[in-house]
Amino acid sequence: MPQFAKPGDLNAPHEPTVLINARVIDPASGRDEPGGVLIKDGLITDVGAKLRRNAPEGYKVIDCQGHILAPGLVDMQVFTGEPGSEHRETLRTASRAAAAGGVTTMIVMPDTQPVIDEVALVDFILRRARDNAIVHIHPMGAMTMGLEGSELTEIGLLQRAGAIAFSNGKQSVMNARVMHQVLQYSRDFDALVTHFAEDQNLAGKGSMNAGELATRLGLSGVNKVAETIMLDRDLRLVELTGARYHAATLSCPESVAAIRQARGNGLKVTCGVSINHLTLNENDVVPYRTFFKVRPPLRTEADRAAMTRALEAGDIDVIVSSHDPQDVDTKRRPFDEAADGAAGLETLLAAALRLHHNDGVDLKTLLRAMTSRPAELLGLECGRLIPGAPADLIVFDPNAPWVVNRDELSSRSKNSPFDESKMQGRVLRTVVAGHTVYS
Amino acid sequence: MTQFLSDSEHAFARHHLLTCEKLTAPEIESLIDAADKAAEISRSGDRHPQCLAGKTVINLFFEASTRTQASFELAAKRLGADVLNMNVSTSSVQKGETLIDTAMTLNAMRPDIIVVRHHAAGAVQLLSEKVDCSVVNAGDGAHQHPTQALLDALTIKREKGRVGGLTVAICGDVKHSRVARSNMDVLNALGANVRIIAPSTLMPSAPDRLGVETFTNMWEGVTGADVVMMLRLQRERMAGAFVPSEREYFHYFGLDQDKLSYAKPDALIMHPGPMNRGVEIASTVADHSRSVIQDQVEMGVAIRMAVLAAVARAPRGHQGNQPWARSENSSGSAQR
Repeated sequence: MPQFAKPGDLNAPHEPTVLINARVIDPASGRDEPGGVLIKDGLITDVGAKLRRNAPEGYKVIDCQGHILAPGLVDMQVFTGEPGSEHRETLRTASRAAAAGGVTTMIVMPDTQPVIDEVALVDFILRRARDNAIVHIHPMGAMTMGLEGSELTEIGLLQRAGAIAFSNGKQSVMNARVMHQVLQYSRDFDALVTHFAEDQNLAGKGSMNAGELATRLGLSGVNKVAETIMLDRDLRLVELTGARYHAATLSCPESVAAIRQARGNGLKVTCGVSINHLTLNENDVVPYRTFFKVRPPLRTEADRAAMTRALEAGDIDVIVSSHDPQDVDTKRRPFDEAADGAAGLETLLAAALRLHHNDGVDLKTLLRAMTSRPAELLGLECGRLIPGAPADLIVFDPNAPWVVNRDELSSRSKNSPFDESKMQGRVLRTVVAGHTVYS
Repeated sequence: MTQFLSDSEHAFARHHLLTCEKLTAPEIESLIDAADKAAEISRSGDRHPQCLAGKTVINLFFEASTRTQASFELAAKRLGADVLNMNVSTSSVQKGETLIDTAMTLNAMRPDIIVVRHHAAGAVQLLSEKVDCSVVNAGDGAHQHPTQALLDALTIKREKGRVGGLTVAICGDVKHSRVARSNMDVLNALGANVRIIAPSTLMPSAPDRLGVETFTNMWEGVTGADVVMMLRLQRERMAGAFVPSEREYFHYFGLDQDKLSYAKPDALIMHPGPMNRGVEIASTVADHSRSVIQDQVEMGVAIRMAVLAAVARAPRGHQGNQPWARSENSSGSAQR
């Protein structure tokens, strides 16, 4: 049975520890060698081959048995139900799912009730996280009041209170004037603006990818241009304002090409993709499987493969779980009426390893997009294995076979698209600030 | 006379009828042949076969449809079944009950067949997964309306003696039409040449992948057709959203004498009803001697008799149509 730390443990001192006999992979430095990591007072104090066998005096020894030791994952997009929908997920249950999935830092989205658009609410999340969570949690602030896309939030004060970046959650900002102002204003605070690019009018009531399958299923489709048009608009505004912009979850290579071009023109733009769009495709929706209903919709296999190549090429910066807990009353419905979203924290690493096993993606490339790169965008110290960095790390066996069983998931909601799927690769130990929170 | 469905060799042996996507030509033909006999029985006014005597059929309509419901009701009664009509659009759903709760509740009442119409694509399949009895799809969103396509095939066969080899032009709001989808499946399975005609705004996405010829010019689309099958244009789609006006739609896509003259001289005129006269079809054409619109209504009862009898005979637990085996689609990568 897996063991979890208790909330509050993170604030206590931990024993000085050495993890030995590991394959140490640190994507930021390019390190991939047999060795170990020394941790003390919540920080990494040493890393290297010399720690492969030799444990210094006075340190608790953890033998990694040759498995991979890597930085803990940083997940930039996690939806929870706290505050407002605690029956779906709390910060506590999400943090347990995160720990089990190897995620040591997660960014929680502002799509709650109430929306995280006030300083007091940022503070609420931070305090609830401190008291209840077993991984690091940072709130994403709303960029418009109530996510309504019309009125700016107090980006400066929210940032000062601890909002790590700004997003409009599942809603895109349709009004170009408002988006222009958000980008202008956020630049003054060097705040990162992340946006879900989708033209709501074009997307309409669409519930899956437009094309033959949608036609045969009698479902209305969302064309890729709903994404690319909004992204093109945003990139024009970034060009005008010089803001830091992150396209949160892209779904097609056409969008990545636009990002690549903008980057070539010197804009400070980055992009992310959800693990679902790298490992699943629209065929999985058949016949009307609502656990595969996500936004943006799952695209074709050709798109999925192209997104994987874009990740390898370095055009995609970040992979997120886009963990979105939904329960029976929002998912067990006719497809059109079912909620979007898939649980994903706990399966993030295992699903990502499919890209390694099946699509030949290099482990360092894969890990970079879930560790150092998001940490860098968010201005966090974690996500790398160097002396002085926080002791947030994971040990995993990239080959361990297992089958996802939704009843064994730690998340309060069980809407995993990988339920009953065969996985290869599993987290064995998750360390947060020097404490083993999952093993 | 009462033999019409008791042949031991009956190609259609499904517990549910949810979609036409996987129906084979022999399955369709066996239903059509059975319905052909059912039509004669209905006409004769003779003693009806009692093959559903003692069985309970529930008509569960989440979307109002007087015609289809009446047709199913009559079909079930002619076979001796006890029929319960439930119009859920006005009852428990408005109290917040979910589709699945409704299904489980009805299932507990031990019906033998549930006939379902729902406004959402896939809803009937979802319901079928939650009940023990047979489920017949009476229309789900823009997905499928199997009995309509079967009755259309029966109507064509009775008039033309065959379906294979005929050119059938389906015209109108194909994008939102379950009738069109089911008809494309059935007509293709029977070897007809299927055309779809619609303005681009009412054409479904990826029409080239549907095994049909597509036309945005109706005059070209009906040229040489053996059958012109019109679709209903929903009122809410007329004003500005998909077509600019009724007037313009009728001019370019309404079936009138002029466009009809491009079809074969003996072409059949069909419409699933209810018609919008003057929008998709001119009154003179609707009442034309080649119009078989009333025959379609009659064949509707016959085909539903055949379908109800057939699913009732299929062994319980026999899986209904599985739209596409996963293996036929490339690389769904969920690996389950």
